[in-house]
Amino acid sequence: MPDPMRIRATIQDSQATVRVLMSHEMETGQRKDSAGNVVPAHFIQSVVASHNGRQVFRAEWGPAVSKNPYLQFQFGGAKAGDKVQITWVDNKGETRTDEVVLR
Amino acid sequence: MRPAGVSRRTVLEALGSLAAVAAMPRHAFGQTAGAAAAGIQWNAAAFNAQTVDEALKALGAGTPAPTTEVSWGSTPQIAENGAVVPISVSSKIPGTDAIAIFIEKNPNKLAANFYFPEGTAPALSTRVKMSESSLVHALVKTKDNKYFLATREIKVTLGGCGG
Repeated sequence: MPDPMRIRATIQDSQATVRVLMSHEMETGQRKDSAGNVVPAHFIQSVVASHNGRQVFRAEWGPAVSKNPYLQFQFGGAKAGDKVQITWVDNKGETRTDEVVLR
Repeated sequence: MRPAGVSRRTVLEALGSLAAVAAMPRHAFGQTAGAAAAGIQWNAAAFNAQTVDEALKALGAGTPAPTTEVSWGSTPQIAENGAVVPISVSSKIPGTDAIAIFIEKNPNKLAANFYFPEGTAPALSTRVKMSESSLVHALVKTKDNKYFLATREIKVTLGGCGG
Protein backbone atom coordinates (compact mmCIF):
# COMPACT_ATOMS: atom_id res chain seq x y z
CA MET A 1 0.00 0.00 0.00
CA PRO A 2 1.45 3.40 -0.95
CA ASP A 3 2.36 5.86 1.78
CA PRO A 4 -0.38 8.24 2.94
CA MET A 5 -0.73 11.76 1.56
CA ARG A 6 -0.12 14.73 3.75
CA ILE A 7 -3.10 17.03 3.36
CA ARG A 8 -3.66 20.41 4.93
CA ALA A 9 -7.02 22.01 4.32
CA THR A 10 -7.76 25.43 5.78
CA ILE A 11 -10.88 27.54 5.49
CA GLN A 12 -11.44 31.27 5.30
CA ASP A 13 -14.77 32.93 4.46
CA SER A 14 -16.23 29.62 3.09
CA GLN A 15 -13.26 29.36 0.71
CA ALA A 16 -11.21 26.22 1.32
CA THR A 17 -7.52 26.02 0.47
CA VAL A 18 -6.20 22.49 0.12
CA ARG A 19 -2.51 21.62 0.04
CA VAL A 20 -1.50 18.05 -0.71
CA LEU A 21 1.84 16.31 -0.63
CA MET A 22 1.76 12.83 -2.14
CA SER A 23 4.35 10.16 -1.75
CA HIS A 24 5.22 8.80 -5.21
CA GLU A 25 8.33 8.12 -7.30
CA MET A 26 6.90 9.74 -10.47
CA GLU A 27 9.35 7.74 -12.58
CA THR A 28 9.41 9.14 -16.14
CA GLY A 29 10.40 6.04 -18.10
CA GLN A 30 13.28 8.06 -19.63
CA ARG A 31 15.86 7.31 -16.94
CA LYS A 32 18.38 4.45 -16.94
CA ASP A 33 19.65 2.66 -13.86
CA SER A 34 23.36 2.04 -13.14
CA ALA A 35 23.27 -1.15 -15.27
CA GLY A 36 21.94 0.84 -18.25
CA ASN A 37 18.42 -0.57 -18.15
CA VAL A 38 15.52 1.79 -18.66
CA VAL A 39 13.59 2.28 -15.43
CA PRO A 40 9.94 1.73 -16.39
CA ALA A 41 7.55 4.65 -16.12
CA HIS A 42 5.58 4.78 -12.89
CA PHE A 43 3.60 7.92 -12.24
CA ILE A 44 0.29 9.23 -10.96
CA GLN A 45 -2.18 9.76 -13.80
CA SER A 46 -5.28 10.90 -12.03
CA VAL A 47 -6.08 12.97 -8.96
CA VAL A 48 -9.65 13.60 -7.85
CA ALA A 49 -10.80 15.65 -4.87
CA SER A 50 -14.31 15.68 -3.48
CA HIS A 51 -15.99 17.77 -0.82
CA ASN A 52 -18.91 16.11 0.99
CA GLY A 53 -19.21 13.72 -1.94
CA ARG A 54 -19.16 16.39 -4.68
CA GLN A 55 -16.16 16.53 -7.03
CA VAL A 56 -14.38 19.87 -6.57
CA PHE A 57 -11.10 19.30 -8.39
CA ARG A 58 -9.61 16.89 -10.89
CA ALA A 59 -6.21 16.57 -12.51
CA GLU A 60 -4.63 14.39 -15.19
CA TRP A 61 -0.87 14.12 -14.85
CA GLY A 62 1.98 13.00 -17.05
CA PRO A 63 5.41 11.88 -15.83
CA ALA A 64 6.65 15.51 -15.85
CA VAL A 65 5.08 16.18 -12.46
CA SER A 66 7.84 16.13 -9.83
CA LYS A 67 8.60 13.24 -7.51
CA ASN A 68 6.49 13.37 -4.34
CA PRO A 69 3.98 15.67 -6.03
CA TYR A 70 2.71 18.87 -4.46
CA LEU A 71 -0.67 20.29 -5.28
CA GLN A 72 -2.65 23.30 -4.12
CA PHE A 73 -6.19 24.32 -5.08
CA GLN A 74 -9.12 26.31 -3.70
CA PHE A 75 -12.87 25.84 -3.73
CA GLY A 76 -15.88 27.65 -2.31
CA GLY A 77 -19.03 26.69 -0.37
CA ALA A 78 -17.13 24.99 2.44
CA LYS A 79 -17.36 25.17 6.21
CA ALA A 80 -15.21 23.99 9.11
CA GLY A 81 -15.79 20.32 9.88
CA ASP A 82 -16.50 19.39 6.25
CA LYS A 83 -14.53 16.52 4.80
CA VAL A 84 -12.29 16.63 1.76
CA GLN A 85 -11.34 13.34 0.17
CA ILE A 86 -8.48 12.94 -2.28
CA THR A 87 -7.75 9.92 -4.46
CA TRP A 88 -4.87 9.29 -6.84
CA VAL A 89 -4.40 6.45 -9.32
CA ASP A 90 -1.10 5.69 -11.06
CA ASN A 91 -0.29 4.03 -14.38
CA LYS A 92 0.11 0.64 -12.70
CA GLY A 93 -3.36 0.88 -11.22
CA GLU A 94 -2.10 1.50 -7.68
CA THR A 95 -4.30 3.90 -5.79
CA ARG A 96 -4.49 5.77 -2.53
CA THR A 97 -7.33 7.70 -0.89
CA ASP A 98 -6.99 10.01 2.09
CA GLU A 99 -9.43 12.26 3.87
CA VAL A 100 -9.02 15.44 5.87
CA VAL A 101 -11.36 17.59 7.93
CA LEU A 102 -11.50 21.30 7.06
CA ARG A 103 -10.44 23.58 9.86
CA MET B 1 -48.17 1.91 -22.74
CA ARG B 2 -45.64 -0.08 -24.73
CA PRO B 3 -43.81 -2.34 -22.34
CA ALA B 4 -42.26 -4.33 -25.22
CA GLY B 5 -40.63 -1.19 -26.69
CA VAL B 6 -39.33 -0.06 -23.32
CA SER B 7 -37.80 -3.39 -22.45
CA ARG B 8 -36.19 -3.67 -25.88
CA ARG B 9 -34.49 -0.29 -25.38
CA THR B 10 -33.36 -1.24 -21.89
CA VAL B 11 -31.89 -4.48 -23.17
CA LEU B 12 -30.10 -2.72 -26.02
CA GLU B 13 -28.63 -0.12 -23.68
CA ALA B 14 -27.43 -2.82 -21.33
CA LEU B 15 -25.84 -4.67 -24.24
CA GLY B 16 -24.23 -1.47 -25.41
CA SER B 17 -22.55 -0.74 -22.11
CA LEU B 18 -21.44 -4.36 -21.81
CA ALA B 19 -19.86 -4.13 -25.24
CA ALA B 20 -18.05 -0.94 -24.22
CA VAL B 21 -16.62 -2.62 -21.15
CA ALA B 22 -15.64 -5.71 -23.12
CA ALA B 23 -13.88 -3.57 -25.74
CA MET B 24 -11.79 -1.65 -23.23
CA PRO B 25 -8.96 -4.09 -22.49
CA ARG B 26 -8.13 -4.42 -26.17
CA HIS B 27 -7.09 -0.76 -26.32
CA ALA B 28 -5.56 -0.68 -22.90
CA PHE B 29 -1.93 -1.33 -23.68
CA GLY B 30 1.22 0.28 -22.35
CA GLN B 31 0.91 3.40 -20.28
CA THR B 32 -2.86 3.46 -20.35
CA ALA B 33 -3.21 0.05 -18.68
CA GLY B 34 -3.47 1.58 -15.24
CA ALA B 35 -5.93 4.22 -16.39
CA ALA B 36 -8.19 1.67 -18.04
CA ALA B 37 -8.03 -0.78 -15.15
CA ALA B 38 -9.05 1.85 -12.63
CA GLY B 39 -11.62 3.44 -14.94
CA ILE B 40 -10.04 6.88 -14.66
CA GLN B 41 -9.99 9.65 -17.24
CA TRP B 42 -6.57 10.18 -18.84
CA ASN B 43 -6.05 11.62 -22.31
CA ALA B 44 -3.32 9.27 -23.57
CA ALA B 45 -3.08 10.91 -27.00
CA ALA B 46 -2.43 14.34 -25.45
CA PHE B 47 0.10 13.06 -22.90
CA ASN B 48 2.00 10.97 -25.46
CA ALA B 49 2.16 13.80 -28.02
CA GLN B 50 5.68 14.66 -29.16
CA THR B 51 4.92 18.25 -30.20
CA VAL B 52 2.92 21.02 -28.55
CA ASP B 53 0.70 21.27 -31.66
CA GLU B 54 -0.10 17.56 -31.49
CA ALA B 55 -0.95 17.82 -27.80
CA LEU B 56 -3.19 20.86 -28.43
CA LYS B 57 -4.95 18.91 -31.18
CA ALA B 58 -5.48 15.89 -28.90
CA LEU B 59 -7.10 18.21 -26.35
CA GLY B 60 -9.31 19.70 -29.06
CA ALA B 61 -7.75 23.13 -28.59
CA GLY B 62 -6.82 23.84 -32.24
CA THR B 63 -4.99 27.18 -32.35
CA PRO B 64 -5.66 28.94 -29.04
CA ALA B 65 -5.73 32.74 -28.86
CA PRO B 66 -2.85 34.33 -26.92
CA THR B 67 -3.89 35.84 -23.60
CA THR B 68 -2.42 38.00 -20.85
CA GLU B 69 -5.28 37.16 -18.46
CA VAL B 70 -3.23 34.42 -16.82
CA SER B 71 -1.19 35.08 -13.72
CA TRP B 72 1.92 33.00 -13.07
CA GLY B 73 1.91 33.73 -9.33
CA SER B 74 5.09 32.60 -7.65
CA THR B 75 6.39 30.67 -10.71
CA PRO B 76 10.11 31.51 -10.93
CA GLN B 77 11.79 32.87 -14.06
CA ILE B 78 14.98 31.07 -13.14
CA ALA B 79 14.74 27.65 -11.53
CA GLU B 80 17.81 26.24 -9.84
CA ASN B 81 16.71 22.61 -9.92
CA GLY B 82 14.93 21.28 -13.00
CA ALA B 83 13.62 18.29 -11.03
CA VAL B 84 11.45 20.55 -8.88
CA VAL B 85 10.16 23.66 -10.64
CA PRO B 86 7.27 25.30 -8.78
CA ILE B 87 4.44 26.25 -11.14
CA SER B 88 1.61 28.47 -10.02
CA VAL B 89 -1.10 29.48 -12.49
CA SER B 90 -4.41 31.26 -12.14
CA SER B 91 -6.80 32.41 -14.84
CA LYS B 92 -8.84 35.63 -14.88
CA ILE B 93 -10.77 34.52 -17.96
CA PRO B 94 -14.49 34.16 -17.07
CA GLY B 95 -15.81 30.59 -17.28
CA THR B 96 -12.39 28.92 -17.03
CA ASP B 97 -12.94 25.23 -16.39
CA ALA B 98 -9.56 23.69 -17.21
CA ILE B 99 -5.89 24.68 -17.31
CA ALA B 100 -3.23 22.52 -19.00
CA ILE B 101 0.52 23.01 -18.57
CA PHE B 102 2.90 22.38 -21.48
CA ILE B 103 6.70 22.33 -21.29
CA GLU B 104 8.05 22.83 -24.77
CA LYS B 105 11.47 21.19 -24.39
CA ASN B 106 10.36 18.15 -22.38
CA PRO B 107 10.11 14.77 -24.17
CA ASN B 108 6.35 14.76 -23.55
CA LYS B 109 5.00 18.25 -24.00
CA LEU B 110 1.86 18.04 -21.87
CA ALA B 111 2.83 17.95 -18.19
CA ALA B 112 -0.55 18.15 -16.49
CA ASN B 113 -4.17 19.11 -17.02
CA PHE B 114 -6.34 20.51 -14.22
CA TYR B 115 -10.15 20.68 -14.16
CA PHE B 116 -12.16 23.17 -12.11
CA PRO B 117 -15.85 22.38 -11.57
CA GLU B 118 -18.29 25.20 -10.77
CA GLY B 119 -17.34 26.78 -7.43
CA THR B 120 -13.64 25.93 -7.64
CA ALA B 121 -11.11 28.72 -8.19
CA PRO B 122 -9.38 28.45 -11.61
CA ALA B 123 -5.97 28.36 -9.96
CA LEU B 124 -3.42 25.75 -9.00
CA SER B 125 0.09 25.30 -7.71
CA THR B 126 2.24 22.26 -8.32
CA ARG B 127 5.83 21.25 -9.08
CA VAL B 128 7.12 19.87 -12.37
CA LYS B 129 10.29 18.50 -13.92
CA MET B 130 12.03 20.40 -16.72
CA SER B 131 14.82 18.80 -18.74
CA GLU B 132 16.25 22.22 -19.72
CA SER B 133 15.37 25.91 -20.02
CA SER B 134 12.14 26.13 -21.96
CA LEU B 135 9.00 27.99 -22.83
CA VAL B 136 6.15 26.91 -20.58
CA HIS B 137 2.57 27.33 -21.78
CA ALA B 138 -0.67 27.44 -19.84
CA LEU B 139 -3.70 26.50 -21.93
CA VAL B 140 -6.98 27.83 -20.56
CA LYS B 141 -10.24 26.17 -21.58
CA THR B 142 -13.56 27.86 -20.90
CA LYS B 143 -17.00 26.33 -20.38
CA ASP B 144 -18.04 27.35 -23.91
CA ASN B 145 -14.99 25.51 -25.35
CA LYS B 146 -12.83 28.52 -26.13
CA TYR B 147 -9.07 28.13 -25.72
CA PHE B 148 -6.41 30.65 -24.70
CA LEU B 149 -2.65 30.30 -24.35
CA ALA B 150 -0.28 32.12 -22.01
CA THR B 151 3.47 31.61 -22.25
CA ARG B 152 6.41 32.20 -19.96
CA GLU B 153 10.08 31.33 -20.28
CA ILE B 154 11.67 29.47 -17.38
CA LYS B 155 15.44 29.12 -17.27
CA VAL B 156 16.79 26.00 -15.60
CA THR B 157 20.27 25.97 -14.11
CA LEU B 158 20.33 22.19 -13.50
CA GLY B 159 18.25 19.84 -15.70
CA GLY B 160 15.64 17.55 -14.18
CA CYS B 161 16.36 14.33 -16.03
CA GLY B 162 18.92 13.12 -13.51
CA GLY B 163 20.93 11.60 -16.40
